[in-house]
Amino acid sequence: MSDERPSGFKEVEEGPTASDDTHEDRPTAVDVVDEQSHPTVTAARTRFGDAIFRHEVMAGDEHVIFVDPERNYEILEWLKDDPDQLYNFLSDVTAVDYGSGRPIQVVYQLYSIPLRHSIRVKAELPLSHLEIDSVVPLWKAANWLEREVYDMFGVTFRNHPDLRRILMPEVYAEGHPLRKDFPLRGRFSRAEQTRRALAQAPEDYYIAKDFGPGREFQKVGWQELGAEPEPAATPEPEDPADESEHSTDPDERA
Amino acid sequence: MSKRTVEYEVSRTPELGMDFRPAQGPVSPSDLDDPILNAEKMLINVGPQHPATHGVLRLVLELDGETVVRCLPHIGYLHSSFEKLGEYRTWNQVIPLTDRMDYLAPLIYNCAYAMAVEKMMGIEVTERCKVTRVIMMEMDRIFSHLLWLGTWAIDVGAFTPFLYAFQQREKVYELHEAYTGARITTSATRIGGMMSDMPEGWAEGVRQWTNQLPRTLDEVESLLTHNAIHIGRTQGVGAIGPEEAVNYGLSGPNLRASGVPYDLRKDRPYYDYETYEFDVPIGEHGDCYDRYLVRIEEMRQSCRIIHQALDRLPDGPMNVDDPRVILPSKTDLMNDMESMIHHFKLVMEGVQAPPGESHFSIEGSKGELGMYVVSDGGSKPVRWRIRPPSFVNLAAIPHLVEGGLLADVIMVNASLDIVLGEIDR
Repeated sequence: MSDERPSGFKEVEEGPTASDDTHEDRPTAVDVVDEQSHPTVTAARTRFGDAIFRHEVMAGDEHVIFVDPERNYEILEWLKDDPDQLYNFLSDVTAVDYGSGRPIQVVYQLYSIPLRHSIRVKAELPLSHLEIDSVVPLWKAANWLEREVYDMFGVTFRNHPDLRRILMPEVYAEGHPLRKDFPLRGRFSRAEQTRRALAQAPEDYYIAKDFGPGREFQKVGWQELGAEPEPAATPEPEDPADESEHSTDPDERA
Repeated sequence: MSKRTVEYEVSRTPELGMDFRPAQGPVSPSDLDDPILNAEKMLINVGPQHPATHGVLRLVLELDGETVVRCLPHIGYLHSSFEKLGEYRTWNQVIPLTDRMDYLAPLIYNCAYAMAVEKMMGIEVTERCKVTRVIMMEMDRIFSHLLWLGTWAIDVGAFTPFLYAFQQREKVYELHEAYTGARITTSATRIGGMMSDMPEGWAEGVRQWTNQLPRTLDEVESLLTHNAIHIGRTQGVGAIGPEEAVNYGLSGPNLRASGVPYDLRKDRPYYDYETYEFDVPIGEHGDCYDRYLVRIEEMRQSCRIIHQALDRLPDGPMNVDDPRVILPSKTDLMNDMESMIHHFKLVMEGVQAPPGESHFSIEGSKGELGMYVVSDGGSKPVRWRIRPPSFVNLAAIPHLVEGGLLADVIMVNASLDIVLGEIDR
């Protein structure tokens, strides 16, 4: 532990800090288990070779494979349809951001109802290229789950039929809340947040284009939505490099 | 003259301007084509403030006459970002957030979270704690199903079952309060055990309640199960086949009503569920009526489980003897330096979970409730994710209602048994 403990209020303002620097001496929970213990892992390695980056066993019996994000669709399709795998139940799609610029992991939790085995598939996406193929053609359950990942982490799912924000309003301009660089109280000052809330038009919630043929939602970064965020009471880091990092549009960052 | 089409817009349309008026003027009947009855679509907005949406759910329905052509759900009105808040709290401080998600079955969420963290940390809780949690989870399964039963009956037009169900729910509220001091926000679990041992007479209270619950269920069933109106409103409505149901990720009673025997208590048993004797009801048609039957039977089966659990409830400690997670006793704290250090570290820093992660699922009242916890070795989660069963179940609602009638939307929505607190989180 570091010498001085930050006050709770400061932590709230700054967001969570990665504790890996301070806990380097801790043992890792990754158990060294022979990968033969999960037939899917062996079969996947034989079939896809280099596209399976590594294999971990977490919490005793949870097998995780890290796959090439460019080939996730292919691998997941095989996991779903191969008669020896039959992972027909997509339990969860989510993402993990470890912060400090480390890649964001997209996590697929699969279960096979007929064969009663489960596996977790992870794909690591660098912050500069948050794009991955959608698996909605395989599992319809992925539709809202991927929308949530897009909403909360800003990961773009290619070929998703309806990639919009789902929990946050469509006009939400402060970025993607579950990213580690997102402060707990949002990017705008409380005054600016109130001003925007009061300035909301009914169209923000009743979108006529919902049913129109050419439904196109504007994807707007938080800097582009008119007014610059008001200088908050506490000084925020506002250098240009910071701004590009906070951009919601992954293409801009490149 | 061209065929008349009318476009309905949900709101003001900036393209047309505020003063936009449809064409006016006298039109003689002979100028008109034959009426095209299916040419006009109507938009109906249900919710977010509507008693039949069971919360702040908004459905935008495109109607052709009375037939639903498209359904677009809008959610997020109750979004409180629990997952983000959890990243700023220590492992034990997250527990109060869990019961605020599904306030209809808070103890199931308390238990699921504690179980996921315990699995990640490799902690095996005591036998007494296991059995207590089984009792609590089954009690809250009934608790949640009873609310579903009451609101379902109201949606179908029957008021009496609502009163019967809430009479029974009130007894569960009292049991919650007796154990935890709170009626809804129970926060009963801790990492490695429970907040306390059960109060004297509590187990007996649970037994008495489960003894008289089946009678209420019989009464409600006598009102609904063979009721012609109920059957007419629900049979064949919102049906979904087994393959589709799995593909849509439905879980819990909604999936089992479609005939897929997937129950985590049987398929991936935890807490010795494999040693309890109970049946998993399976539907046949996957329609609203089968979902009703499955849930009614699940309540009876939960009563069976509770009886067996109460019979085998062992004596012994409730919390694990592990200084990493459980505070030492006050006597030890006062007499023993090591206990004092443990106490100090636990209070000041909280539980320290080793780096690792776990995606742990249990059979919640709404379906597969998964808790995904990721630790980097600190006292706070790096990521805490809930696999929300209602969220995934609700995502299938466009598929279930499209092509049906407007009145059936309400029944389908009621049959899915959603809770918006958990959908929006």
